[in-house]
Amino acid sequence: MPDQLAYWLIIGLMMIGLYIVIAHANLIKKIIGLSIMQISVFMLYIGIAYVEGGAIPIIDANTILYSNPIPHVLILTAIVVGIATVALAMALIIRINEAFGTIEEDELAAGAGEQ
Amino acid sequence: MSHLPVLPVLILLLTAPVCLIINRVNVAWLMTVLASILALVCAWQILGQVLSSGPLTYALDGWEAPFGIEYRIDLLSAWMLFIISLLGSLVALFARQSIAYEIEPSRQVYFYVAYLLCFGALMGVVSSGDIFHIFVMLEISALSSYTLIAMGRNKLALWASFQYLILGTVGATFILIGIGLIYAMTGTLNIADIAERLETVEQSRTVITAFVFMTLGTLLKLALFPLHLWLPNAYTYAPSVASAFLAATATKVALYLFIRFTYTVFGADFLPMSIILVALGITAAVVGSLIAISQTNLKRLFAYSSVAQIGYLVLGLGMANQTGLTSTLIHTFNHALMKGALFLSLGAVVYRLGDSTFKEFFGLGQRMPLTMAAITIACASLLGLPGTAGFISKWYLVSAAIENDWWLLAGVILMSSLATAVYVWRVIDAGYFQPAVNTQRSEAPIVMLAPMLLLAFANIYFGLETSFTLMVVDGITSSLLGGGQ
Amino acid sequence: MMDAADVAFTEAAVGAGVSTLLLLKTLALTRRYAKPQKQRNWLALSIVTITGCLLIYGTSDLPAYGSADAPAHQHLSAHYLEKSVEETGVPNVVTAILASYRGFDTMGELVVIFIAGIGVLSLISPTEKVKASSGLFLQQHTVLRIVGKMLMPLIMMFALYVQFHGDYGPGGGFQAGVIFASAMILYSILFGPEAVRAVISDRVTRLLAAFGILLYAGTGFAAMVNGGAFLDYTFLGSEQVAAQLLGILLVELGVGITVAAVMVRVFLEFDQRPVIKLPLLKLPVTNKGDR
Repeated sequence: MPDQLAYWLIIGLMMIGLYIVIAHANLIKKIIGLSIMQISVFMLYIGIAYVEGGAIPIIDANTILYSNPIPHVLILTAIVVGIATVALAMALIIRINEAFGTIEEDELAAGAGEQ
Repeated sequence: MSHLPVLPVLILLLTAPVCLIINRVNVAWLMTVLASILALVCAWQILGQVLSSGPLTYALDGWEAPFGIEYRIDLLSAWMLFIISLLGSLVALFARQSIAYEIEPSRQVYFYVAYLLCFGALMGVVSSGDIFHIFVMLEISALSSYTLIAMGRNKLALWASFQYLILGTVGATFILIGIGLIYAMTGTLNIADIAERLETVEQSRTVITAFVFMTLGTLLKLALFPLHLWLPNAYTYAPSVASAFLAATATKVALYLFIRFTYTVFGADFLPMSIILVALGITAAVVGSLIAISQTNLKRLFAYSSVAQIGYLVLGLGMANQTGLTSTLIHTFNHALMKGALFLSLGAVVYRLGDSTFKEFFGLGQRMPLTMAAITIACASLLGLPGTAGFISKWYLVSAAIENDWWLLAGVILMSSLATAVYVWRVIDAGYFQPAVNTQRSEAPIVMLAPMLLLAFANIYFGLETSFTLMVVDGITSSLLGGGQ
Repeated sequence: MMDAADVAFTEAAVGAGVSTLLLLKTLALTRRYAKPQKQRNWLALSIVTITGCLLIYGTSDLPAYGSADAPAHQHLSAHYLEKSVEETGVPNVVTAILASYRGFDTMGELVVIFIAGIGVLSLISPTEKVKASSGLFLQQHTVLRIVGKMLMPLIMMFALYVQFHGDYGPGGGFQAGVIFASAMILYSILFGPEAVRAVISDRVTRLLAAFGILLYAGTGFAAMVNGGAFLDYTFLGSEQVAAQLLGILLVELGVGITVAAVMVRVFLEFDQRPVIKLPLLKLPVTNKGDR
């Protein structure tokens, strides 16, 4: 079904992101994985919005067919939510590093266990 | 036109930037308390109106639904608004000295700003009739929660916040996927509209997948076993006031979302959720209670207790009958009262005695008698002793199991209460029957005592006087199960 | 390629720009190499495989990629495409939806930026007064400095253009705010954060960040005062399209101001955080509260 190929590629990317979040111990890598996951969800939305032969949704007199503007709007907001999360996460990582001397999950969990 | 449906959210969200501009801690606290009380008053008004004349709607941006964002407050939403704002106000009142003690002075204003935003966003989640707007509000509450938790004194608060951030964001991403798939199949974002349009495409694989992902995301935020891993650390290391607020409200809102998606959007008998919910719910209840028994830090003990209680909430839903739903809806209120009282009391102990482990607790009955009394009452309610609100929820829960002829399940529920009794007894024993290291009396200040005791007594009041709670909850169950909105 | 101009614009500025900046900064402050992973994580692999298959199964009966008569394109979308010029006067449908039809969501988006700023401040803003660092930033790179100085006003002008032209082309408050902030960040990289702080002090970023939201909400309240619902721009004037355009202009301005202020402040906060040499020795117990 080459029809759905675009969606499969997106799903593949999403799963790579999810794997990185779960499997990697380094906190920064986890956040990168999270970003990859989020970006692939954005692509899913754009994919849903795509209309073959349609134009950018800015109205002009000569065009009849446009791609769907709503997912675009939703993604703009989702992008903002994404970077807000990344910014917070980065600040947390910096503080965690200063407090514990490490940003590896297994070392942190071991340290926490001693508390 | 009445702007009532949007007022609570607007008041809370917009007080936050004002607090930032003024940038003085005491003013920030005062404004937080005022905004919270105003929100409570509005919520109370809303509840009254919805009870007498049905759901309230409000077309934001002036565009009628489904072309604009609509706030739609039915009885379930109104009930949640009331619960959140009641707890939010009482906790805000309590906060002043607790925050002054637990948080770095230059950062205390940020606490109140984040608190207002979290509070306002939670109110927004339950008022909105637009699925994407719910997502935005949910993320505002999540981001502000991460901020609140990270401000705890212990440096492990940073790690707890990070863990919650990772899991919470994965959950949010799943919900986003679900929203996208629903949009792809219906072309709209308004909940009422979606419910209508889904009827034609109900059995398609996309819709089923959408449901699964939204459920997964919501259950992560609800901290239902086995997706509960973020909760114990978060509640233990967050500032006491934040633990109190979040324990009482944040997971309830996730539960609201689950109920809303299941009943209003997809229809109650969508998938064989019942078995899964029962299995996960009872496991959470048993495991949570058992782990709680061995804890040395009381905050952590009650955090695991929350994991167990969330199990009960989900169990009620899993019964798939009106009695079960009633149990869950009543318990949403009761648990907020219980955990609110408990975590605030723990906050008072931390304030006066420095920490919340059993060492501080020995002889608490002598040193802080009123605080200990509040804890005892809340624990009785947790256990479900007759005369407390907790008894009512447990009664309905066990009745629901019996209604389904699930006698074994009813038995297990009662046994998990035994486990609860064990850890509750540890607390009571430490407080009243163990000698204190230092017998100096140092009761909590009145500003902290008042909200704590109010919540504790509410547990007794609503255990004896059940007409109000039942009236509202019956209204909710009939509208949810009747297939209407 | 998928005809999503606004999104591409924003993602380029934000995703490629801001995210990378923050990641690099954090890497600089922590360490550049992660510990090597020891073995395959079977649990993660299985979770991911199951989830992936579920998604593939789930999207298998989605309408074909690019088809014009998918349900997603009917109903709301068709309405917006048809009516937005007539009802709001704005040809960029994405802006029309963002600023008018779903304006309350955009206010929510603004609150998200705001809380991100608050969160960062609560975590890494200095708790005591920080001594100004000696500014020897890239001062030997004369070419960069001169070109940078020339570019800055151009960037800021472009930001203003994007801000106000968002009705007719891709753009709007958010993108404009980010671009404006990047001009400031460029200046900071070349001449040091103190130079930026001299122009835009911490007090200014704090006040502006709050002000943008209040401007947005103020527009909403103005509508309420005139008898409409919150953020119903039609009540801001006597003629619908003119009133809508005014409302959209004001709220987009609010967005631009808060976004720019928060972005600049977040960057400055990350920038001033001192690098601590690892491994950490046990700190003496003079710190209040165990940090």
